[in-house]
Amino acid sequence: MKKSVSNLNPLTKKNFITLLICVVIFAAVQFWQASGSMGSLYQGLLVPICIYVIMAVSLNLVVGYLGELSLGHAGFMCVGAYTSSLFSIMTQSTISNSLLRFAIAILIGGIFAAIFGVIVGIPVLRLRGDYLAIVTLAFGEIIKNLMNVLYVGVDNNGIHIAIEDSTKLNIDYTNGGKIILNGPQGITGTPRDSNFIIGFILVMITLIVIMNFVNSRTGRAITAIRDNRIAAASVGINVTKYKLIAFALAAFFAGVAGALYSHNTASLSATTKNFGYMMSIMVLVYVVLGGMASLRGSVIATIILYALPEVLRQFNDDINNYRMLIYAIILIVMMLINNNDTIKNKLNQFKNNKNKSPKGKEPETVKEAEV
Amino acid sequence: MALLEVKNLGISFGGLRAVDGLNLQIEKGTLYGLIGPNGAGKTTVFNLLTGVYKPTIGTFALDGEVLNGKSQAQINHKGIARTFQNIRLFSKMSVLDNVKVGLHNNCKYSAFAGVFRLPSYFKQEKAMNKEAMEILKVFDLDKEASVTAENLPYGKQRKLEIARALATHPKLLLLDEPAAGMNPNETEELMQTIRFVRDEFDMTILLIEHDMRLVSGICEQLTVLNFGMELAKGETSAVLNNPEVITAYLGE
Repeated sequence: MKKSVSNLNPLTKKNFITLLICVVIFAAVQFWQASGSMGSLYQGLLVPICIYVIMAVSLNLVVGYLGELSLGHAGFMCVGAYTSSLFSIMTQSTISNSLLRFAIAILIGGIFAAIFGVIVGIPVLRLRGDYLAIVTLAFGEIIKNLMNVLYVGVDNNGIHIAIEDSTKLNIDYTNGGKIILNGPQGITGTPRDSNFIIGFILVMITLIVIMNFVNSRTGRAITAIRDNRIAAASVGINVTKYKLIAFALAAFFAGVAGALYSHNTASLSATTKNFGYMMSIMVLVYVVLGGMASLRGSVIATIILYALPEVLRQFNDDINNYRMLIYAIILIVMMLINNNDTIKNKLNQFKNNKNKSPKGKEPETVKEAEV
Repeated sequence: MALLEVKNLGISFGGLRAVDGLNLQIEKGTLYGLIGPNGAGKTTVFNLLTGVYKPTIGTFALDGEVLNGKSQAQINHKGIARTFQNIRLFSKMSVLDNVKVGLHNNCKYSAFAGVFRLPSYFKQEKAMNKEAMEILKVFDLDKEASVTAENLPYGKQRKLEIARALATHPKLLLLDEPAAGMNPNETEELMQTIRFVRDEFDMTILLIEHDMRLVSGICEQLTVLNFGMELAKGETSAVLNNPEVITAYLGE
């Protein structure tokens, strides 16, 4: 597939550059780490950035390509975080290879999140626009609150699940039985399997899968639904089915991000800040500012916007005090640039000048479009 | 047996009978016109035949198979494709992709094959591209294959809609005012294209049109609707000279 960049059709070329950017950033960070000059503050940002890039890229599938505003994306991340954590703790003694265990945990987190995506999606995707946004917001909160009243324990008799109270678990504590998920206190002792390299690999997998997906028959159907639902139905596309596929795939990757998250913290509990609407909206901000249906935009916006407040924190108090103000101003400026035709035209002019004669190129691209 | 059999088809919106007791028999290979003054219910008939609305009474059948109550997608699978009065293209997608969406159900590979780029993906995509380009060539759009649909001139957007509908391999093609907003030259060209499509693809076409030159030029049979009811029906020239039809259009 990747013979040379010039041989690929325009869409693949764009995707190729996006992947290249990711690799370059990764290499630069690796180099920085190796040189030993990277502070612990920056070290701590690496995995979260991977998590949020995966979140933003997968949410872009729903918001940018499917064209539906989903405000419950963090809910699916929550499902992925909890299920993968439970799996890792339970199998910590049986599967000794941490890499293999983590790989399975990630897959389980993703699959459970996807199942929740389908369950939530079936009623929700009948709605459109604002209604859909509100209902997904509610479902995200429901999932988070559900995790706060869930108790899971394990002993010789197997797994016990209860709601309300840990005493209802009826665990036999004498033979090494223990509570794993303790309601609002969450899960402690998840193995810290996440690291930047795994995070980066997951980012690349997410990007490649979503790029290929969007660039296939199924992806075209989803984009067609976004552009014109009635016309899509009129050419024989089952609108609900394809909406559900997109929603489930996005939920799957949110679950993967959740697994990465839960294996990066010592104690996992569901709060508004990590799995509530605050998170959903933060990820939505990354997607919107990066540009709808632009995966590269999502990646870059996430890196900048996530790292920025943390980077500003380390400066002296003069800047540190105005940290959030600077963040807000940058948000506003990015939004203005995104929505300003004059600036956009200038950028396009710049692009056209660089490509010199885009018109002369057109017949060539038609040929290239034939895969 | 006729390709499309519509029996006593009707729909009410509250107290309003938008279409009332419509009967249509369209033989295979016919160019059939559906005309009538504004608000006569022509587009409603199209919406009924494509599953956008569910009929309150009556049935319609394609090739002997009763289709009412089926969803839009199912009806399209069975062989009815349409265009829209106000153009509904996938505006942010390329011209080629618009047609490829139309080919969605004719070149199948799984989402899994698409994501992991299995051989079936390349095989089917190649076949899709080839067929899409062939269809675009019919409408003289092949040079614009990589243009975004919304950037096409108006006349070409109308053509692209027909191309997209044809890509679904329909037995019956419904065209909703294909010549709306076209100048006489474009209309003339469109008439030739419609005839060509009928002959080349062996297509049965039902079209709504206000442009009488187009109607009298290409339609072989007509049904005239007025206030949701059939006013006249038959050979084009006979219908157009029917005094009742002239009254409905021009008033007393």
